[in-house]
Amino acid sequence: MADPHIETYDPEHEATSAAITESRPARAVLMAIAFVFLALFLVLPLVVVFNQAFAKGLETYLTSLNDGDTLSAIRLTLIVAAISVPLNLVFGLAASWAIAKFEFKGKAFLTTLIDLPFSVSPVISGLVYVLLFGAQSALGPFLKAHGIEILFAVPGIVLATVFVTFPFVARELIPLMQEQGTGDEEAALSLGASGWQTFWYVTLPNIKWGLLYGVLLCNARAMGEFGAVSVVSGHIRGQTNTMPLHVEILYNEYNAVGAFAVASLLAGLALVTLVLKTVLEMRYGAEIAATRGH
Amino acid sequence: MEVRVANVRKEFDRFPALHDVSLDIRSGELIALLGPSGSGKTTLLRLIAGLERPTRGKIFFGEEDASLKSIQERNVGFVFQHYALFRHMTVADNIGFGLKVRPGATRPPAEEIRRRASELLDFVQLSGLEKRYPAQLSGGQRQRVALARAMAIEPAVLLLDEPFGALDAQVRRELRRWLRDIHDTTGHTTIFVTHDQEEALELADRVVVMSQGRIEQVGTADEVYDTPNSPFVYGFIGDSSSLPARVEDGQVWLAERPIGLSAPDVPAGAATLFFRPHDVELLDGCGGCIAGTVVNSRRVAETRRVELEVGGDRQRVEIELPIDHAAANKSRIAFRPRKWKLFPRAD
Repeated sequence: MADPHIETYDPEHEATSAAITESRPARAVLMAIAFVFLALFLVLPLVVVFNQAFAKGLETYLTSLNDGDTLSAIRLTLIVAAISVPLNLVFGLAASWAIAKFEFKGKAFLTTLIDLPFSVSPVISGLVYVLLFGAQSALGPFLKAHGIEILFAVPGIVLATVFVTFPFVARELIPLMQEQGTGDEEAALSLGASGWQTFWYVTLPNIKWGLLYGVLLCNARAMGEFGAVSVVSGHIRGQTNTMPLHVEILYNEYNAVGAFAVASLLAGLALVTLVLKTVLEMRYGAEIAATRGH
Repeated sequence: MEVRVANVRKEFDRFPALHDVSLDIRSGELIALLGPSGSGKTTLLRLIAGLERPTRGKIFFGEEDASLKSIQERNVGFVFQHYALFRHMTVADNIGFGLKVRPGATRPPAEEIRRRASELLDFVQLSGLEKRYPAQLSGGQRQRVALARAMAIEPAVLLLDEPFGALDAQVRRELRRWLRDIHDTTGHTTIFVTHDQEEALELADRVVVMSQGRIEQVGTADEVYDTPNSPFVYGFIGDSSSLPARVEDGQVWLAERPIGLSAPDVPAGAATLFFRPHDVELLDGCGGCIAGTVVNSRRVAETRRVELEVGGDRQRVEIELPIDHAAANKSRIAFRPRKWKLFPRAD
């Protein structure tokens, strides 16, 4: 039965005031501009990618994907994402937890530092690792002596990817956790929960959709990263080429179908990410509304 | 469980929030911490709970030094101002949370936890709402769930931070009476924070009046209302009017005239005269009284409240008149407080 005391929160129900609505023609023009822009700069290139990929038919498309080097690039990309995304999930969680729930010296600095990968050119991010682990670096001889390969191998690619994708999870979670405050955690502790129980039963469920959203963006970037990975990978075909690097190589060899076939996979990944992101936003809009930081 | 706060000081970033506060709370008492915002009342509550640690001083639960214990070990039931219900858990899971997170040996079986949650829901008069989520409850219902959750762990002390702060006046009054009933039934030592004096006076066995990180007065509603021990308490509890006065030869002087109040025990010098606006005696003539010109008059429920300008330097003071009193603007009124108090003032 309907209970008069029950108020339910309905985020959909925030009606727009008539006073701030533009006139009909003005709205039409604004919308037209937005749509034309989107069509020209986003939809058209996407269509071209798929068009080129299938230019010589489905069979050629599949054959070019079934190439040994291509498969190896796909495998490497998946491996790199499988390592760097979980790492950044943990790092991002830890960093946001520290920033949102505690007061400490240097907090503002740490917050700024998290954004560093966004503000630094990816090429520089890659070069940093070359300078750090390259043959000419201080660490170089030691690594060589012990047979540890970092540059031009999977570890280097993972490091560069982790660096570039670090901010995604943290940037999603910090505003969300700050908005939620520490009330729920204090309540859990006062009820006798340990720190770990509090995290598991209270904090994590509160941030799960924001976290998933951050992981999704992080994954998309991890698979698509070009600049930083390009510097540290060494472009060894079949060994250290990720999908974006492989696209470039194929294209430079005038293998348009091959290049666009791999590109279509990346574009497909982007589309899937977008769909998931939209579904998440629709379903849990209120919870991730606080995270519109960038 | 008795609670003893012994010389507690709390600083946040070197800024003192509490200065050397001591307080004894008897077992089973219902205590209100009352004060304006920034008086340190919530800080004191959080210190007792263990959500903050004192910079100096100790807090005892019975004979045990609770300041050495973590919040989990103190076993306090804390009801947060905004309830802090876990939004992704049902009402039953919220209430059972404190039992569910107990270590294996002392954790009741799931069935037992469910039964306890239902019992507590009955107790807070929300039977049948086990499966609801916090978002599907009204403010008053959330408050009751928060209380049930805090009571599920059978706390040594029940602490409530502004328990009725976020509710509307009607629900507030209802819950106030209900909390008193609950306290009388369970006998928990209960401490609640409020800035609403009506709430504190009506509900609590004793009221702790706080201001600027210090305890001003501890007493029953009658004590803090009838015999306030500081200008702050006089001004904060109930309506009050005050006038700068002077004591000479055991008489109270206002400007250059004695006003017919004798204060033989008060040392001579500057003082502030406090009285209740409704507790005045209206006089006809003025040989020893306070006289003033009405500058403002408004109807408040069953009385008329007038603002008078008194004396040469036009001090404003409020008194209450019967509604049938003909107190038009600019008319002169003479009165003398029936009950009053003088606090020495440093000039």
